Amino acid sequence: MKKKERALIISQTELAAGIFEMRLAAPQISSCAVPGQFVMVGIRDESHILPRPISICEADKALGQIRLVYRIAGEGTREMSTYLPGTSIDLTGPLGKGYPLDAVNEDTTALIVGGGIGIPPLLGLSKALNCTRKIVLGYRDELFLDHDFESCGNIYISTDTGSHGVKGTVMDAISQYQIKPDIIFACGPLVMLKAVKGFAAEKGIPAFISLEERMACGIGACLGCVVKTPERDNHSNVNNTRVCTEGPVFDSREVLL
Amino acid sequence: MIDMSVEIAGVRFKNPVTVASGTFGSGMEYCEFIDLSRLGAVTTKGVAAVPWEGNPVPRVAETPSGMLNAIGLQNPGIDVFMDRDLPFLAGFDTNVIVNVCGHTEEEYLAVVERLYGDTRVSMLEINISCPNVREGGMSFGTDPDMVYRITKRIKEAASQPVIMKLTPNVTDIKLTAKAAEDGGADAISLINTLTGMKIDPEKRAFVLANKTGGLSGPAIRPVAVRMVYEAAGAVNIPVIGMGGISCASDALEFILAGASMVSVGSANFSDPETVTKVIDGIEDYMVRHKVEKIKDLTGYLL
Repeated sequence: MKKKERALIISQTELAAGIFEMRLAAPQISSCAVPGQFVMVGIRDESHILPRPISICEADKALGQIRLVYRIAGEGTREMSTYLPGTSIDLTGPLGKGYPLDAVNEDTTALIVGGGIGIPPLLGLSKALNCTRKIVLGYRDELFLDHDFESCGNIYISTDTGSHGVKGTVMDAISQYQIKPDIIFACGPLVMLKAVKGFAAEKGIPAFISLEERMACGIGACLGCVVKTPERDNHSNVNNTRVCTEGPVFDSREVLL
Repeated sequence: MIDMSVEIAGVRFKNPVTVASGTFGSGMEYCEFIDLSRLGAVTTKGVAAVPWEGNPVPRVAETPSGMLNAIGLQNPGIDVFMDRDLPFLAGFDTNVIVNVCGHTEEEYLAVVERLYGDTRVSMLEINISCPNVREGGMSFGTDPDMVYRITKRIKEAASQPVIMKLTPNVTDIKLTAKAAEDGGADAISLINTLTGMKIDPEKRAFVLANKTGGLSGPAIRPVAVRMVYEAAGAVNIPVIGMGGISCASDALEFILAGASMVSVGSANFSDPETVTKVIDGIEDYMVRHKVEKIKDLTGYLL
């Protein structure tokens, strides 16, 4: 159930250059969030009229908190990074469809692939999946959140610069470590998701990928954030679908990248 | 006793607040946040005779105190709209204004004819002002002769009262406003978005895939208020005012400038509860200023 909630910032930390972590008291949103869902974050400076879509890294129902890990991508997220603990901000969420946790069972080997700022929502997912988890995290250079994944399964790192792990992409790491999954869960840049989609198709396994697109409303009304689909979409009645509502997580076979 | 009701072309609205077409879908997404029955009317996303795919992404971009959009009037077509959206809206105690779009006069007329006699629809709003489609849309709305002609044809075909939605991308809004009135329009609504462009110097590229988009939000409000004032002074039919309304005070600017009704647009994206806050705020203003009838404020400064 979507809620509008005024959330209190509990902490704000820079995890890596330009990557920030915000913990917020948001009892309503945390109580029903599914891994892969997102929130719209209202920017306090009203000249920024659009809220910013940020994926939920983790939701803690018991504490009534959510954790957002975001990258400074423009003026709105730059302003977000200046908010101090004790500040209240408006959230709408949890929004969209998250990852299908019931797509695995105890015998499944899941490959969890994250690239850059696509990594955060995979943390909540990795903790929630009840199966063997092989986690591949790709970075440009500097690592973040990697230690948080340690309790979830085997971790494989790739970096563009080669400063950590395999030098290259997540696909290079998957190939080098000969990971043979039954299912893939991914979030990251489009070029990575295309590669994941291709890999899944080649292996004949399902892949659930989380897409990113510029949004205005985040709730399905504005039709700003669409992705092309091979089949006619039920809601739009044309060959595209809303990332914010039917996604952001899609079966990779249901979208054209 | 506060009376917020208004009447346009014989249609009674419980209050003078609706939503701008394209910012509210058919209300389905917003009914999780607000009671649609509180609105004077729900104005739907533009609907065409057949499904439209819309433009490539990116379709939206933020600008200072505003945003650009180039959705391209993506819509499921009149068949799905009548089977799904109108029955949904019939479940609420509010008026329904159906926004109609087309590439050609015949396409507009096809939608108008399908809705002929449909009592679920209170009024039609004809979008002759969308800047994001190559044919139809704004190309109809900038030429007074075309505005007159299409208004006349639609009036002949429609059973419901007709609102012509005007573009601000003209030299003199009074001319197109008058042309709509002369063509028989029951009301006019304005402003649609102002054509704009955003460029990313780092990427040396247009931000929107469509290159240009429609500018909306508080950034355009002073332009919109001025145009509503000019148009309301030029015609004798009711004016529905919009452009950057995000609170009651903004809405009252338009009402004082001559608008009988107002529409909340992009602000629905900022906060899905905006439209009900605007309604509450207008009521609060009326109490504070001892205004009994909202109609007494309409055009106060004209």
